[in-house]
Amino acid sequence: MSIALTAQDISRAITRISHEILEKNTDSNAITILGIPTRGADLALRVANSIYEISALKIPVGALDVTLHRDDLRIRPPRPLMETSVPVEGVEGRTVILVDDVLFSGRTIRSALDALGEVGRPARVQLAVLVDRGHRELPIRADFVGKNIPTSLSQSVKVSLLERDGLDEVAITEAM
Amino acid sequence: MRHLLSISDLSKDFALEILSTAHELSRISEGGTKKLPTLRGKTVVNLFAEDSTRTRISFEAAAKRLSADVINFSAKGSSVSKGESLKDTAQTLQALGADAVVLRHPASGAAHRLAQGRWISGTVINAGDGTHEHPSQALLDAFTIQRHLCDSKGDLAGLHIAIVGDILHSRVARSNVLLLKKLGAMVTLVAPPTLIPFAWESWGVNVSHDLDAVLPTIDAVIMLRIQKERMHDLYFPSSREYSSLFGINAERANLMKSHALVMHPGPMNRGLEITAEVADSSASVVVEQVANGVSVRMAILYLFIAGNQEG
Repeated sequence: MSIALTAQDISRAITRISHEILEKNTDSNAITILGIPTRGADLALRVANSIYEISALKIPVGALDVTLHRDDLRIRPPRPLMETSVPVEGVEGRTVILVDDVLFSGRTIRSALDALGEVGRPARVQLAVLVDRGHRELPIRADFVGKNIPTSLSQSVKVSLLERDGLDEVAITEAM
Repeated sequence: MRHLLSISDLSKDFALEILSTAHELSRISEGGTKKLPTLRGKTVVNLFAEDSTRTRISFEAAAKRLSADVINFSAKGSSVSKGESLKDTAQTLQALGADAVVLRHPASGAAHRLAQGRWISGTVINAGDGTHEHPSQALLDAFTIQRHLCDSKGDLAGLHIAIVGDILHSRVARSNVLLLKKLGAMVTLVAPPTLIPFAWESWGVNVSHDLDAVLPTIDAVIMLRIQKERMHDLYFPSSREYSSLFGINAERANLMKSHALVMHPGPMNRGLEITAEVADSSASVVVEQVANGVSVRMAILYLFIAGNQEG
């Protein structure tokens, strides 16, 4: 096992992503951040807090569970649903920033785009991820990346976050 | 787990998972999403060999909201009324490619027979079999109680629920007793002695014949329908007497704690087991039970069919 990101690296990455979000979106009042449970939702809250520290802007933040929109439902056992909470501002006509911990095949994000389409029609959708590990199976890319980590398919990337796992860390493990 | 036949097959954790899934699904529906792609390409057959409105349309709505294809098959107007056996009907459904069969049948154990018969490869969901069980009704009752009286992830520990009426013939009562006990609630059955089953001692419940004494202690009361079609013997002297001793009216409802709920699985006999005044009062959650039924049945269909790729 090797540590790809330490607690300090994660916190720097989140600060940088927050700056980039503000830089890229001049109309920051129209931003809504939606995290993909479980750890994407935790990261979404951190990004929103970080934006608040930088610019004193209160960005609406919520969570979007994509389980029911996944394309592998029929080949994997059903999994429990996570919480979906869309801020009262909704998504209609807004800039939605999806946040997830690891970008891998891109299938989760495809499901998220479908799930988002059920909620409303955002003006635009952007994607922020803590780790991009490559191996895309769909034409999807992230707008904001904490760190690009080249991996092999036999490896797995484990993201631990303080609020859920007791420490901040991204580790690469070799599958047995 | 492949089939939903009886509450006794469910672990407490799995029962809670069904409820929490239903909770998320109802939030998604309330958020304006009416249709989910989850069961696209799956076929759900509603095989109803006994009359039902609520349960059938509830399962139908649930399946449609998850994008499944729904085939409704009722005994009246089908070959079942010409004497076709359950086996032949099941084989027909298998040939049609049913991924799930939601079965309502007047014979106790029919769902079990269908699941064990190896006539079909899909999931069997018991939607009421004779006087045996009605698991989805119990789950939606527990869900309704949980939404009003507990935190949404927790069990029902510490709550006291009364089930009033024809316990003897009621599959709703049987499933509810099993589930409420599993989730930690205390259950009291209230009925005339003729409508209490013989072996109730083994159920782990209390039995009372005095509704007025029970009402002040409970958090929810489930009123059962007097099923006129099953009242072949003289179980009580007259409807009026039953109503005056075991029916709930406004005066009785006032004996309850202020947060207590009045529930009824429907269809109600207004004026017999429940007065119109109580049925339409703020304590009554009868209409909400119907809405919750759709969310709970969506959760059941999702958890039992979505990943069921042959076994």
